[in-house]
Amino acid sequence: MTPQSSFLPKLIRTTAFRLSFAYLLTFAVFAFVILGYVAWNATKVLDGQIVDTIEAEITGLAEQYRLAGIRRLVAIVDRRSRQPGASLYLVTNFQGERIAGNIGSLPPGTLDDAGQREIAYGRAEEETRDHSAIVRVFVLPGGFRLLVGRDVDERARIRDIIGRAFGLSLLLIGVLGCLGGWFVTRRVLKRVDDMTATTETIMAGDLNGRLQIAGTGDELDRLAQHLNAMLDRIGELMTGLTEVSNNIAHDLKTPLTRLRNRADEALRGARSDDELRASLDAVIEESDNLIRVFNALLMIARLEAGHQSEGMADFDAAEVARGVADLYEPVAEEAGTELQLEVEPGLSVHGSRELLGQAVANLVDNAIKYGTETAGARPAPVTVRARRDKDTVIIAVGDRGPGIPVDDRDRVLGRFVRLEQARTRPGFGLGLSIAAAVARLHGGALKLNDNEPGLEVQLCVPLRPVASA
Amino acid sequence: MRILIIEDDREAREYLGKAFREAGHSPDSASDGLDGYALAREGNYDVLVVDRMLPKLDGLSLIRSLREQKVETPVIILSALGQVDDRVKGLRAGGDDYLPKPYSFSELLARVEVLARRGGNAGRGEATSYAVGDLVLDRLSHRVTRGGQEILLQPREFRLLEYLVRHAGQVVTRTMLLEHVWDYHFDPQTNVIDVHVSRLRSKIDKGFDRPLIHTIRGAGYMVRDTAK
Repeated sequence: MTPQSSFLPKLIRTTAFRLSFAYLLTFAVFAFVILGYVAWNATKVLDGQIVDTIEAEITGLAEQYRLAGIRRLVAIVDRRSRQPGASLYLVTNFQGERIAGNIGSLPPGTLDDAGQREIAYGRAEEETRDHSAIVRVFVLPGGFRLLVGRDVDERARIRDIIGRAFGLSLLLIGVLGCLGGWFVTRRVLKRVDDMTATTETIMAGDLNGRLQIAGTGDELDRLAQHLNAMLDRIGELMTGLTEVSNNIAHDLKTPLTRLRNRADEALRGARSDDELRASLDAVIEESDNLIRVFNALLMIARLEAGHQSEGMADFDAAEVARGVADLYEPVAEEAGTELQLEVEPGLSVHGSRELLGQAVANLVDNAIKYGTETAGARPAPVTVRARRDKDTVIIAVGDRGPGIPVDDRDRVLGRFVRLEQARTRPGFGLGLSIAAAVARLHGGALKLNDNEPGLEVQLCVPLRPVASA
Repeated sequence: MRILIIEDDREAREYLGKAFREAGHSPDSASDGLDGYALAREGNYDVLVVDRMLPKLDGLSLIRSLREQKVETPVIILSALGQVDDRVKGLRAGGDDYLPKPYSFSELLARVEVLARRGGNAGRGEATSYAVGDLVLDRLSHRVTRGGQEILLQPREFRLLEYLVRHAGQVVTRTMLLEHVWDYHFDPQTNVIDVHVSRLRSKIDKGFDRPLIHTIRGAGYMVRDTAK
C-alpha cells in the first residue's frame, strides 16, 4: 500500500524508530562500560598475580644466594630459564655484565635502580625489544644484580579478547536492535496507516467507518476506542443535526408558504384599501410568527452550546414561579380554568432568572393549552408548585389533560415535535425543547411524569448551597 | 426626531432609513463604527440605533467611548446575539435598550420613540401623576380615577396602566410591557399580554364612550385620548 520509496524516510520519522535508535545507543554505551570495567579488573588481577610471583621468586633466589653464593644462584637461574613458560631472569655482575638468564636485551639503565617497573625487552639472542614485561631488580650483596620478571603479553591477549567481545556484542546489539525496532515500527506504522486510511474515508464523508481495535488493549487500542467513541458522538450529533434541519425545513416551509400565499392573495384579490391593509397585517403577523420560531431555534442552539456565565446570578426560584403564575393567571381564566400556586420559601438557585422564567412560562403555557381539554365540565386547575427536594429545586407544572404516553415522553422534548392531538392547536413544538435545554444548562433536568390523570412536568435545577446564612 | 443608524449591512441600513423616514423621523446613517462615532459626537441626535457588530469599531466600544465623552444620547443596540448575557453586556456598556435580531420594525420604532421621549425628559424626573383624557393615575397613592370615579386595580394592573399612561401617545409593544411590568425579556408564546390588557381595558374603558386603550395592529398598544 505504501510505496517503498517513501517507506524509509517515513520509517525514520516515526517515534518507534527513534525510540529504537535511542535504546540501541544506550545499550552500546552500557556494553562498553561493562566490558571496559571487566578488562580493567582482569588486568589489575593479572598484574597483581605477576607481581606476587616475581616477589616470591626474588625472595627465594635471594635466599639461595645468601645460603650458597653466586654459583648456586647462577645454576638455579640457568635451570629455570630453560623451563617452558619460564619467568624472565637476569643475573649481572657489578659491572653490569650478564652472568646468567634468558633476557637478550634491555633498555639501558634498567639495572641501575632496584625496584619494580614495566619495560620492553628482547628475549635471549634477540637484539630488538618486542616484548614487554613487569620486572623487578634486586641488588644482591657483593654487587651482583638479580632481575626477575614476567612477560605481560598474556595481558594484552586478554585485552584483545575482551575488545573482540565488545565488537561482537556491539554488532549483535546493532543487528538485534535494528531488527526489533524495524519490527515494532513496522507493526505500529501499519496500524497507524490503517487508522489514517480509516480516518480518510471518514473525512471523505463516510461517518460509519470505525477504527480497528487489535484487541491487545495497548495505547493504540485505547486511542482507537476513544476515537471511535468520538465518532459515535459526532455521528449522533450529525444525525440530530440532519433531523433538526429537516424538521426546520419542513416546519418553516408551511408558514413561509402561507406567508407567500397571503401576499399573493393580497396582490391579486384585494378589492379595497381596507382589504389590502388587512391582508398585509396578516402577512406581518405571519412573519412575526416566523421570527418567533427563529428566535426560539437560535435560543435552543445557544443553550445547547452551553456556557452562559455573565447573565448568571443567584435568585429565588419561588419568585419566578410566582411571577410566571401571575403572568398566566388571566390566560388560564380565559381558558375556563384557574392556576393554583404552591411555593415553598428559600428556593435559591444560581443561574439565569430570565431563562428559568421562560422555561416555566413554556410549561404553564403548554399546560393551559393542552392540559385543559376535558369534555363538558370546567377543566381542572393547572398547578404550579415550587418545592425543594434535598439539593434540588423542583418547579412542577401539572394539569389534568390527556397527558403524554410513556413512549412519547422522550420524543416530545425534541425540536418541532408535536403530538397528533396538538396538531390543531397553535404552536411550533419548541416550548418543551427550550425548557429542557434551560434545565440542562443549569445542570438539571426536565422530567415528564404521569399526574394521574394528566401530565406533570418537573423542572429540576440544583439548589444553590447557602453560603452566608 | 433625529435618529442615527449605525449599521454595516447596506440593505438593513437603507431599509431602516426609509422606514424611519416614513414614520416621520429624520434618520442619518453610518456604515462603520468610526464614522458612527464621529457623527454621534457632533450631531445632535435624539436616539442612536447601533448594530453590535461593526467594522473598525464594534458597537459596544463605540457606546463606551461615547459615554466616556459624556455623550448621553439614548442608544438602542441591535444584535444578532440574543443570549441573556449579551443584553447584560450591552446595557453595561452604556446602552439603554437592546433588541435582538431578527426584530420587527414596529418593535424597533416603538422602542426608539420611547427612548427619544425619555432622553428629552431626562433630568426632569418622573411625574407623580399622569392624566390622559379624564383618566388620572396617581403614583403616590396608587389611585386611578376616570371621570372622577375611582377604579380599583390589582397591583399588577396598576403597573401595566402606569407604564401605558406614562407613554401615552406612543406605541408600546407587548415585549416592552413584559419587560417593564414583569421584568422578563422573553417572548411569551401566546397572547398573554393581550389577555392582561383586555382585562385592564374592561376596567378602564368599559362603560365609557371613548376608549383610551387602543390596539395598534402589528405593533402593540397605545393609550391616547382620541378627543384631542
